[in-house]
Amino acid sequence: MKPSAFEYSRPDSLGAALDLLAEHGSQAKVLAGGQSLIPMLSMRLAAPARLIDINRIAALDYVRTGPAGVRVGALARHAVLERDGSAARCQPLLAAALASVAHPTIRNRGTSVGSIVHADPAAELPAVLSLLGGSLTVASAAGQRVVPAAELFVGPLESSLAPTELAIEAFFPALAQRSGVAFAELSRRRGDYAVCGVAVLVALDQDLRVSSALAGYLSIAATPLVLDLTGPIHGRTFDSDLAPAAALARELVDPEPDIHATAEYRRQLVQVLTQRALRQAARTAAGAD
Amino acid sequence: MAETLHQITLLVNGIPLQAEVPARRLLSDCLRHDLGLTGTHVGCEHGVCGACTVLVGGVPMRSCLLLAVSVDGEQLTTVEGLAGPDGELSPVQQAFAECHGLQCGFCTPGFLTTITAGLAENPDPSPDQARELIGGNLCRCTGYQNIVKSVLRAAEITRTKSTEADAAASTVLRAAEINHTEQGDSA
Repeated sequence: MKPSAFEYSRPDSLGAALDLLAEHGSQAKVLAGGQSLIPMLSMRLAAPARLIDINRIAALDYVRTGPAGVRVGALARHAVLERDGSAARCQPLLAAALASVAHPTIRNRGTSVGSIVHADPAAELPAVLSLLGGSLTVASAAGQRVVPAAELFVGPLESSLAPTELAIEAFFPALAQRSGVAFAELSRRRGDYAVCGVAVLVALDQDLRVSSALAGYLSIAATPLVLDLTGPIHGRTFDSDLAPAAALARELVDPEPDIHATAEYRRQLVQVLTQRALRQAARTAAGAD
Repeated sequence: MAETLHQITLLVNGIPLQAEVPARRLLSDCLRHDLGLTGTHVGCEHGVCGACTVLVGGVPMRSCLLLAVSVDGEQLTTVEGLAGPDGELSPVQQAFAECHGLQCGFCTPGFLTTITAGLAENPDPSPDQARELIGGNLCRCTGYQNIVKSVLRAAEITRTKSTEADAAASTVLRAAEINHTEQGDSA
C-alpha cells in the first residue's frame, strides 16, 4: 500500500506546468487534490514516472460567478465551491450535489475539476456538468480549447484529454428563470460511492407547465448518462403527477449488475430517485418551495 | 537508480520539523516514521477510515492521501498538538474521557482532530450535525453513540470554558478599572 517511485515536479506557474506536461505528458500524471489519484498510486493501479503537482499555482485557485454561470478553477476544493454563496445562488445544483461527494474531510482537499477529469462514472460532478451542458477549458503548451461535457467522457476513468493537456477550468451554466434542479442518490453508507444517483433539470413555461425535463445519472453507465424525459410530461403543470417521466427513465437505462446491486435494483432506483428529484425540481422551478 | 530525496519543512504543532523524503512518502508515514510522531494512526491507507486525519492549516485532511512533499511548509496539527502545554486535555479529549468515546483507541486520533476542527467551525452542533461531522471516521468498538455524545459534550465544555474565560477577563478588567479609579483618586 505504498506508491511506487516517481519523479516529482511542483511548478509555480501555469506555463511551467504546461511545459512539463509537453515534455513528460505520456509518462506523467497531474496531482491536484489527489483524493482519487493517491489511493490509485498506493494500490499501484497507477504508476506514473512523474507527478506534476499543481497545488502551488495560485492562479488556478478560484470560483467566479457571473450572469452566465460559475467558473471553477482547477485548484478550487470541493468544500470551497460547496460553501460559495454566489455560486449556489447562480446554480444551486452545485452545492446540492457536492454534499454527496465523499466525506467533508475528502472535500477539503479534493478538487471539483480533478473529479471531473478523473471521469469516474460513480462521481457526482461529471453527471452535473453533463446534465447542465457545461464545459471544461483545457490548456497545453500549444494553446487552449474548450471541451463541451458531451465530448469529454469517453469511458470509465477515461476522458478525451490528451496526455499533454491540463484541465484548468470547469464552467457550469447558470440556472435559467422558471427552472429548477434537484439531486438524489443512494449509497450503502453515508459518503460512500452511489449505487445510483441522479441530477435533474426541469424547465417550466409561463403557465408553470413542464417545457423540458432532463436527468443526468451516475453509477448507471460507463460515462455520465443524460436522458431527455420531457415526452411523457410535456405540458403538465409543475405540481401534477410526473411519474410517467420516471417510468420512461427506467425503460431507457441499461445498468450493469455488480457486487453492490443487481441491474434490476438499479433500474428500480433510477425510477424512484428520478421521480423524487423531478418533483422537487419542478416545485423549486415554480417557486413553490 | 537512487530515488531523489526532497528536503521539506513541516510546522507540526507549532514546531518546525525537517525531513528528507522521497516524493512518494505519504504524509502519514512521514509523521510516523521520519518525525517519530506516532500519535497519527494509519488504518486503511486509502482514505476510507479517517484514523490518519490531521489538520492542514486548521482544516481536516487524510494524511494518507497527501504526499509529504506536497504539503512542504504547511502548518499541521496532529493529535499530539491538541492538549495544552501542561498536558491539560483539550475539550474534545476531555469529552472523550468523560463519555467513554473510545475503547481500543486506534481510531481516536482521527476523531479528535476532525471534531476539534468541526467545533471550531460550528461550536453548537445539533445531534444530526454531530453525526455528519464524524461520518467520515470509522470506529469498530464503540458503536458511535458515545462518540456522538462526546461531540456534544466537547461543545458544552468549550462553551463553559469560554464563558469562564470571559468572566475571568472581565474580572481582570474590573480590577484594572478599580485600580485605575483608585490611582485617579489618589492623583
